[in-house]
Amino acid sequence: MHAIKISRLKFWPTTFWVLVGLGLFSMVVRFTQGLGGATNLTDEFPWGLWIGFDVLCGVGLAAGGFVVAASVHIFNLHQYRSILRPAIVTAFLGYILVIVGLMFDLGRPWNIWHPIVLYWNPHSVMFEVGWCVILYTTVLALEFSPMVFERLNLERPQKILHTVTIPLVIIGVLLSSLHQSSLGSLYLIVPNKLYPLWYSSNLPYLFFVTAVAVGPAMVIIESFFSSRTFRREIELPILSKLGKVTAASLAVYLVLKIEDIIDMKLYDYVFAINFESAMYWAEILFGVITPIALFSITKIRQTKNGLFAAALFTAFGFVLNRLNISLTALQQYSPGYFPSWMEVSITLMIVAIGFAAFWLAAKHLPVFPPQETRATASPQAQEKDTVAFIDLPLEPVRDQHQLIPSE
Amino acid sequence: MQYGILIDTTKCVGCYACEQACSERWGFPTDNEIHELSSIKNTAMKTVNETYVPRMCMHCQDPTCASVCPVGAFQKTAEGPVVYDADKCIGCRYCMQACPFDVPRYQWHSLNPKVTKCDMCRDRILQGQKPACVESCPAEARVFGPLDEIIKEAKKRVAEQPGVYHGKIYGVKEAGGTSVIYLAAKPFGELGLRMNLPEHPLPDLTWAVMQKIPNYVFWGGTLLGGIWWITNRRKEVQALERKLRSMQENSNNHQQ
Repeated sequence: MHAIKISRLKFWPTTFWVLVGLGLFSMVVRFTQGLGGATNLTDEFPWGLWIGFDVLCGVGLAAGGFVVAASVHIFNLHQYRSILRPAIVTAFLGYILVIVGLMFDLGRPWNIWHPIVLYWNPHSVMFEVGWCVILYTTVLALEFSPMVFERLNLERPQKILHTVTIPLVIIGVLLSSLHQSSLGSLYLIVPNKLYPLWYSSNLPYLFFVTAVAVGPAMVIIESFFSSRTFRREIELPILSKLGKVTAASLAVYLVLKIEDIIDMKLYDYVFAINFESAMYWAEILFGVITPIALFSITKIRQTKNGLFAAALFTAFGFVLNRLNISLTALQQYSPGYFPSWMEVSITLMIVAIGFAAFWLAAKHLPVFPPQETRATASPQAQEKDTVAFIDLPLEPVRDQHQLIPSE
Repeated sequence: MQYGILIDTTKCVGCYACEQACSERWGFPTDNEIHELSSIKNTAMKTVNETYVPRMCMHCQDPTCASVCPVGAFQKTAEGPVVYDADKCIGCRYCMQACPFDVPRYQWHSLNPKVTKCDMCRDRILQGQKPACVESCPAEARVFGPLDEIIKEAKKRVAEQPGVYHGKIYGVKEAGGTSVIYLAAKPFGELGLRMNLPEHPLPDLTWAVMQKIPNYVFWGGTLLGGIWWITNRRKEVQALERKLRSMQENSNNHQQ
């Protein structure tokens, strides 16, 4: 029994260091032999796994930050407060890792500041994405910083930040909706290259809706993991409600996809028997229809495992969709790309660092509401504690009115 | 003055003189094995279906590369060439991903990689010379001149020799028109030229979305601010009402 426990404890650190080791090796190759030395990219296939996963998926999987921030601050849905901070941390780390991933993929990463400072091209979607990502990462840093200030007991910066919370969140939502959709707009200009099942003039909307769907799913997944790691109770009722957001967004997505089939008369492509249609159906069946079904059935949604499974299907479908658009949909136009092991290892290293950074943040910063008090307190006091933990230093007067019922 | 190049594949003899001249002009090593556009070949004489097809940048009227580049490293110049400025480039390779003619190539093994593509020898054009490939062609398969005259010449050839040409001109309408025009004896699809391109410039597709952004930011910001104002006001009123109620209850208790 004892031995098993130790090996379980060693499993994750070992995995982490193996992935980081392999990634570092590939990194050395990437920066000494060039992109050609480390990747399978070619003139015919210039965007591979790093754009498809590290950037397209990375940005999307971090969408929970703006979805939950908007729910809490703009729509004043305070029941989501307890998951706001984990969502912000995920988003902030996600965006930093996207930028890190980009440093590997860019041929001249030291020029990454060019589109921000020196050379502008407002006609370029990439220019817009670059600006939004930089600005939104700044917003996320500001939304993240209260956790650090709180930890260091610095009250003044917290107060200053609190006064700008609402404008900050509004700007964050605008920036997010812009670049989440713009990642889809990147592909608007290649109607002749993308396989018809994935090209659509609705690409920006499709990308946005799927980001809104996967954001909450990622919050669910990460709550599930952290509840196990830190032995916390999972916020099941809140997360179940969040699951409905995902189901609704996926339903909108499904309607848009059906609209595409009818508008562009894609019946032959949909029912063809080939690699593309198989990938398409995998995406629609497992990544869209299955999670809609799981999230819609109350009995499944309200169990821990059911909710987790539904969220996993959503994330899987999302990743499959982005990889389908960036890799599968181009196979007919220029066949033959498959990521090299070094591309995969760098992606895995970035993912591993993401997990480790989240673990560190959760361990050392006030990311999750403390639970010792919650377990013993009455339901009303529970809510008070949760909110007070996040808000008390920021919003003492108003919250007292709101939350302390009658005395 | 907008210049252009007419490539008459019926005249090309497949001697690779254009490739050679181009390599010399760019200072690229000579490669007589692979006749494809590459980071050391800005023009290539390909043999497709027993036809010699010289390939190079099409120098679009509304270039996709110039539209997608986040730093504006590509520019359509007044003389016709689309030129690339490596100093601006961040290496995102969106130009390669987006080019409808698959022209830009990359120095994959360089640590300071550049995109490579034909610039129609703009420096030579500015000095009143012809591009190196045109000048080197012994068969007059490449004709350089003002774009409108080039197109006129192409139409004239097609009209006068219907037996030689298959009747269509490639490059006048493709992707909104280019500065490189092709003539051939066979349908262009059989020569490996992309046939599924729209007649409008591809950047229109992005611009249709991009131009909505300022409006979106304004209305989106207003809407979000408005929603916040309403929900926040509701919250405040609820809190106040609750306080009022508790005060009343308190005073009732006192009276009793």
